[in-house]
Amino acid sequence: MDKLWLIIKREYLTRVTRRSFILATLLTPLAFGLFFVVAGLIFQYESDDSRRIAIIDEGNIFDQSIKDEENLYFKFVDTDLETLRQNFDDFDYDGILVVPRVKDVMATRHTIYYYADKQPSLDIDALIRDRVRGQMRDYKIEALQLDPQQLEAIDTRIELEPEPIDDESADASKLTGAIAAGIGGIMGIIMYIVVFIYGMMVMRSVMEEKTSRIVEVMISSVRPFQLMLGKIVGVGAVGLTQVAIWAILIPIIILVSSLLFGIDSSAQMEMAQQQPGAANFNPEDTEAMVALAIEEFKSLNWWLILPMFIFFFLGGYFLYSSMFAAVGSAMGDDLGEGQSLTIPITIPVILAFYIMIVAIQAPNSSLAVWSSIFPLFSPIVMPARLAFSPPVWEVVLSVVLLAATAIFFVWLSGRIYRVGILMYGKKVTLKELGKWIFYKD
Amino acid sequence: MSRPILDIQNIVKTYEKHVAVNDVSFEVPAGSIFGLLGPNGAGKTSLIRIITTITRADEGVVYLDGEKLNSRHPEEIGYMPEERGLYRKMKVGEHLTYLARLKGLSAKDAKTKISAWMEKFGIEDWWDKKVEELSKGMQQKIQFIATVVHEPKLLILDEPFSGLDPVNTNLIKDEIHSLRGKGMSIIFSTHRMEQVEEICEHIVLINKGENVLEGKVSAVKDRFKQNLFELEYEGELPEGLLERAKVIDQQPGRLTVQVAETAESNTLLRAMLDRGVFVKGFQEILPTLNEIFIRQVN
Repeated sequence: MDKLWLIIKREYLTRVTRRSFILATLLTPLAFGLFFVVAGLIFQYESDDSRRIAIIDEGNIFDQSIKDEENLYFKFVDTDLETLRQNFDDFDYDGILVVPRVKDVMATRHTIYYYADKQPSLDIDALIRDRVRGQMRDYKIEALQLDPQQLEAIDTRIELEPEPIDDESADASKLTGAIAAGIGGIMGIIMYIVVFIYGMMVMRSVMEEKTSRIVEVMISSVRPFQLMLGKIVGVGAVGLTQVAIWAILIPIIILVSSLLFGIDSSAQMEMAQQQPGAANFNPEDTEAMVALAIEEFKSLNWWLILPMFIFFFLGGYFLYSSMFAAVGSAMGDDLGEGQSLTIPITIPVILAFYIMIVAIQAPNSSLAVWSSIFPLFSPIVMPARLAFSPPVWEVVLSVVLLAATAIFFVWLSGRIYRVGILMYGKKVTLKELGKWIFYKD
Repeated sequence: MSRPILDIQNIVKTYEKHVAVNDVSFEVPAGSIFGLLGPNGAGKTSLIRIITTITRADEGVVYLDGEKLNSRHPEEIGYMPEERGLYRKMKVGEHLTYLARLKGLSAKDAKTKISAWMEKFGIEDWWDKKVEELSKGMQQKIQFIATVVHEPKLLILDEPFSGLDPVNTNLIKDEIHSLRGKGMSIIFSTHRMEQVEEICEHIVLINKGENVLEGKVSAVKDRFKQNLFELEYEGELPEGLLERAKVIDQQPGRLTVQVAETAESNTLLRAMLDRGVFVKGFQEILPTLNEIFIRQVN
């Protein structure tokens, strides 16, 4: 036990004190923050492409009034189109907009013309069409003598509010599903990344020990199984440390950068929704939505989700990293040659990832249910389902199966590892690995 | 005779269909330098791995200092494998401490002993150097310290001099002798016979997994001698002098002969002196271990 502890300590300390680890741990949240700021700025970016546009309003639809945009200036002109076109260079306009007379009030299509030496950019195109559409609407309401209030009343927004059948169940709101999917997705992705990054780290480290020939010195002092387990636990602790630091730093950095740069995440949401056309967007709705989302987020059963997440994190990590360790022990000095041995490990991980994506959309489908119980998939799929409060028996079964399988795989990998680390200069196949399991000590 | 430090009895080890060690038995006398010899692939490493408890024998028993081999024994053995490496990113001091602690030393003991050894080798300022900054020869010094720092009862050195320059070779050789003087038993595995002849008192020769030869170096040589004698003289040799001996090689003033049995050499010498030959030198030619090795292996 003492020796195992010494090995874990070394594996952990040599990694977390390495400059590359410290940089990666601190820079990743910064990169996230940077991404957040840049994305925010891009959303807030407005074209600095300023234009002056002459409007020939043949049917007087605008009634001589149109609002200028920050970098878009409109001017109604009486000059006829031909004169304007011929002397385009003398006038200080960037474009001429011709809005023809409305011949048929009932027509649902109306073509307007834009004359310029340059194509209108997409945002200008959209803005002009939006302005004309709004004005045209008012014009038609007047022409058809409609009541604007009655018109407003025709559009109805439908909202679906989930309600429980019996009084004991928690009352879900319309956001429960979305929030659960979001959290499930994030957890699933974290698991996927963790299994790959740290599993690969274990594999590389085993290979290094083998190729640098330290391994024979080591196993004259400790049992191969202790060496392997110590490495897996040590690297796993490094992983937990890194994820924990990220879990704290990323929200802080996003919060700080949004305060510093004045980026409001709800503003981003608004931006995204406030496409031309969705003009009647109500900012009060957003505030209510955010409040509801926070409420939902708080009401999730974190006392179950977090410990379970850590359990599946550890279970999945032990399961896969022990396999990576076994493969690493079988690899020789030639990395490329052994790469094919990792394929049988990566395939279930990738499959589990895709199932996880399906599972957050349909968390109670039989694919999601059985995958979240099957131990090779459950570390990625079950965390994604946890926020949807799956039945207790499913979680318990999944936990028991994962724990048993992880222990079995660690033992099995230990059998392969003890033979692999002392085997040099032999091209190893999967079949060979299988044989090693049954070798005597 | 005192209890042997290592008593190996009828060890068998099979890998799949290949028999690596086939019923090998020998004893390593306590406090001796013992040569474990054999060509590549003879089963030396398999045997060492059994002694160091890395693998288990299929059959047979090993006693270390009178006790059946068990899981506490690695702490009493120091093993320097032929294929040896270090963690490149670790600092020398840290690395040695780590290995020493895995051998059961306390942190404090490890530090004291490592410092003493580093001082002895004149490398006390390497403590904070990274292993990857050291040359191969320097790393071997570190490996040697790692092998002996926990003061094992039994030291197993597999090709300890490979890759060492003459200065370091001598340094390690001196250390081997001084450790032996302190009562440590040393198994020295190699196929470099001149080193064995120089260092070892006892040997065992393994070939194709079997024990083909063992004993004191002098006794082994004695067993394989061919009653060859070299004569150095001045002047002419009288006729009929060499009737009872077989001439192997004859050059002016130098003669190599083989006699039927060792006692005949005296008769020959007496006859020469009687006939007035001026004898400058007369000595028995013993086979080198190298010759014995090659003869046994072929």
